[in-house]
Amino acid sequence: MSALFNSGIAPRQRFHRPTDDPVWLKALLVVMAFGFIAVLLLLPLLLVFREAFAGGFLALWTAITEPDSLAAVRLSLMAAAIAVPLNTVFGIAAAWSIAKFDFPGKTFLVTLIDLPFSVSPVVSGLIYVLVFGMQGWFGPQLADHNIHILFALPGIVLATMFVTFPFVARELIPLMMDQGRDEEEAAATLGASGLSTFLRVTLPNIKWGLLYGVLLCNARALGEFGAVSVVSGHIRGVTNTMPLHIELLYNNYDYVGAFAVAALLAMLGLITLALKSLLEWRYADELAAMHRH
Amino acid sequence: MSLTVDSVSKKFRRFAALNGASFVAPQGGFISLLGPSGSGKTTLLRILGGLEFADSGSVRFADLNWLDMPARTRNAGFVFQQYALFRHMTVAENIAFGLRVRPRHNRPSGSEIRQRVKHLLDLVQLPGLEGRYPSQLSGGQRQRVAVARALAIEPRMLLLDEPFGALDAKVRKELRADLKRIHDHAGVTTVFVTHDQEEAFAVADLVAVMKDGRIEQYGTPADVRRNPKTAFVSEFLSA
Repeated sequence: MSALFNSGIAPRQRFHRPTDDPVWLKALLVVMAFGFIAVLLLLPLLLVFREAFAGGFLALWTAITEPDSLAAVRLSLMAAAIAVPLNTVFGIAAAWSIAKFDFPGKTFLVTLIDLPFSVSPVVSGLIYVLVFGMQGWFGPQLADHNIHILFALPGIVLATMFVTFPFVARELIPLMMDQGRDEEEAAATLGASGLSTFLRVTLPNIKWGLLYGVLLCNARALGEFGAVSVVSGHIRGVTNTMPLHIELLYNNYDYVGAFAVAALLAMLGLITLALKSLLEWRYADELAAMHRH
Repeated sequence: MSLTVDSVSKKFRRFAALNGASFVAPQGGFISLLGPSGSGKTTLLRILGGLEFADSGSVRFADLNWLDMPARTRNAGFVFQQYALFRHMTVAENIAFGLRVRPRHNRPSGSEIRQRVKHLLDLVQLPGLEGRYPSQLSGGQRQRVAVARALAIEPRMLLLDEPFGALDAKVRKELRADLKRIHDHAGVTTVFVTHDQEEAFAVADLVAVMKDGRIEQYGTPADVRRNPKTAFVSEFLSA
């Protein structure tokens, strides 16, 4: 005992915070995290850009401005422009009803919202083929009325919506549950109408979560491959979205073209990420204030 | 012009939260609903505020069929235990909320609202805090703002649900005295829920001791304290 007390070790070194791990462990974990990200995420991304610029900027520009590529960019943006706002509205509605009301089947609804995450996108694409295809339930009737869903924009939008539905709802449900109903109840007792309560109280409280959800939803909508691949029909310049067009170019040994469009798609993803980080940084104080309350 | 609560009952699934609660209070009275947790006092208060709906029974207030009116037309200021301030609004915006959401024809002008907010902040003894956010206030200050917000709509009735429950003893005492003063100044019928008998007796003109969804005894603080009617009341008061 006395040897321990007389060992000359300063108390500061003997006693440290219970959450303080040894230096080597901390270093190892940090290096592992960085190494993992570098090899699996950064390296491929860098290679995409290197390949895209391999033939020089002119080749890249030509590949991107080629009509079929432009058509793919347009289609992807169009599908996202329709799917994301609709999913935003549905996501808010679902999160609102789950967080603020009690009704039978609530847990089942939460499970259903997660369905697109657990089901392979290809399977969800096939569901649409089953429902709207010529051999499917509504296919012949739709064809009689000259309504095209499969191998056309509506099918692509539906498939994109299915896959990206959980993003907004998933972001909002825990946030709205955490915030509870108190503020809405207070607004009601102060004479606010339902719409006024939503616009003045609920929406401002969820705006950051909502924005994240929308950004993630948008990134996934632009990048979705599996589900869209099944319903699109791969008609070059007509129903090929960016990811499908990249595959097509790649399979045709047009590596410059494939990597050029891939670089563009990756750029859109990086812009999303930058936007998210910018918002986090710009409104850090406000976000912190919301959590402190 | 009095408040008449007549055999109000309410079940949550199979649990009877209220079991025929009745009392009559004069206009402008200060009533405490006192009881242990699970006695139905908060449920009764939320029914008075229109945040919960009674299964049966009736409430008449100022000759209105109170339970047929939605919360937003009752004009009853509600103060929550956890303050429920709008976290993204400043103190001034919080207090002005009930005025700003009024239909245009009876909405006060911007300068009137500002004046009203200033007056209310003086009343709850928080002058000059208009620009603060709720997260920048202490618990006691938040509850003062919540009281000011409830008073801003010139309520017909003021309902307080364990308003000082989350605060320390010293702040509770201060706020209690201030609430009493504000009530005497504004003269608005006030119903105050608490499980703290000292608090109930200190602020109210009338105390309703609740148990199992019923009102066990109802009377002035002195009366209830001197003549507890049932074993439960005397036991609860001696605890």
